[in-house]
Amino acid sequence: MKAIVTVVGKDQVGIIAGVCNTLADHNINVLDISQTIMEGFFTMMMVVDLALCTESFANLQNVLKTFGEGRGLSIRIQREDIFDAMHKL
Amino acid sequence: MLSLNNIFDTIDMIDKQHLDIRTITMGISLLDCVSEDPERCCRKIYDKICRRAERLVKTGEDIESEFGIPIVNKRISVTPIALVAGSCATADYVPFALTLDRAAKTCGVNFIGGYSALVHKGFAKGDELLLRAIPQAMAQTDLVCSSVNVGSTRAGINMDAVAAMGRIIKDTAHLTRDTDGLGCAKLVVFCNAVEDNPFMAGAFHGVGEADSVINVGVSGPGVVYHALQKCKGALFDVVAETIKKTAFRITRMGQMVAAEASDRLGVPFGIVDLSLAPTPAVGDSVARILEEMGLETCGTHGTTAALALLNDAVKKGGIMASGHVGGLSGAFIPVSEDEGMIAAAECGTLTIDKLEAMTCVCSVGLDMIAVPGDTSAETISAIIADEAAIGMVNSKTTAVRIIPVEGKDVGDMVEMGGLLGSAPVMPVHKAQSADFIARGGRIPAPLQSLKN
Repeated sequence: MKAIVTVVGKDQVGIIAGVCNTLADHNINVLDISQTIMEGFFTMMMVVDLALCTESFANLQNVLKTFGEGRGLSIRIQREDIFDAMHKL
Repeated sequence: MLSLNNIFDTIDMIDKQHLDIRTITMGISLLDCVSEDPERCCRKIYDKICRRAERLVKTGEDIESEFGIPIVNKRISVTPIALVAGSCATADYVPFALTLDRAAKTCGVNFIGGYSALVHKGFAKGDELLLRAIPQAMAQTDLVCSSVNVGSTRAGINMDAVAAMGRIIKDTAHLTRDTDGLGCAKLVVFCNAVEDNPFMAGAFHGVGEADSVINVGVSGPGVVYHALQKCKGALFDVVAETIKKTAFRITRMGQMVAAEASDRLGVPFGIVDLSLAPTPAVGDSVARILEEMGLETCGTHGTTAALALLNDAVKKGGIMASGHVGGLSGAFIPVSEDEGMIAAAECGTLTIDKLEAMTCVCSVGLDMIAVPGDTSAETISAIIADEAAIGMVNSKTTAVRIIPVEGKDVGDMVEMGGLLGSAPVMPVHKAQSADFIARGGRIPAPLQSLKN
């Protein structure tokens, strides 16, 4: 199953490294990354593959949320299907 | 490939523009619960609902979490109880409502619809008994919604039923006077009711439906409003195109959620209702969309045209996005549930007469309107007759959900709470319609040709 991780917040050193490490800890493969600074905020989306992830989706959400909260970042993970449905024919 | 903009467009729609799935409604047939013994019938109804909808709320919550899209309501609709209870050896139909209420609470759903009767051409025994029980049923339950279909394009209007519903609405308001007539917010009178409507208070599971089915109602007035803010002063062609594109995206999301819910629950997918359903939250209003098109206040001249464009564009955009479209499909204009409508009614620009005109071109009808407590049953019946006539002649669904609030008069506010919102008490005409309603009988079905 593919999912989209989005990260928004104040730019700081180590955001990508931290998020990628957290994902790697749970055996999640990153397929694509797109990142920019939007209206002064660090803004990133990652396409990830959860095929080998053993954690439940709900736990994964909590892990990422907790990681983000400590750094003033809003991090969420959603299944890719919702974005596909809205933006692809 | 999805772009960063695509992703954050969707996230903004959900976070800032109130995009949500308004409801996942499981329709459940109760036709196999029929029994001569009313207690046995109630037991079978309770067991079947709880068995079928056991995982509905949990599944809805899982989908919400995994896809990151709020699903505001999880609901159940059932076969019209008048049909199910008709063969029971009892004259008291209130226990059926209590059973539905208990089942809804066990399943954890927000509402259960189907305490209903279809009497557009006449009354069967079960219909008469159900209508008689509605006021008590609404007063004694929390989650049960009731609907009565009094007319159709093919059958005409049952004016005896229209007369009865005026009295039933008054009685319901009286019995629930401690909560400003909240019982009336769960009671709707239809013309051309549909069998697959996922929205309350009018949802019921039609007899032509499968044993159980998943219907989904989408929402998103805030998203349309936001999109239109980017085309200020543009031609109506551009406005229509913008609404269509937005409705397409919203509905695609609804279709995906419906398919996912259907798959996880092992229940066939029924329809997506292409709806624009407002909430009392600021930024989630249908009235504000109409105003964004250039009207100072919703209800002023031009409102009907603006609503006609909106309603049509929502359907055109949505229809390609969904495998099966149904329900009420279109823009809803419930006064108490729409922040812009409330404001427009409070300042006197939006009147019942204008709302009636608006119902000619939009999804449903006079919805969530508070009127003075001394409004007569006959006047309410006459309001229902007018709406039913619009539905009958125009081959569309119309409805009336009206609350005569005891002890309140024009200018007072009524608090319904939650998604039901708050409503200013609106004036009705003082001239009587009593002799008109007293006639009874049926208004014949209209001609379907020579349309002018």
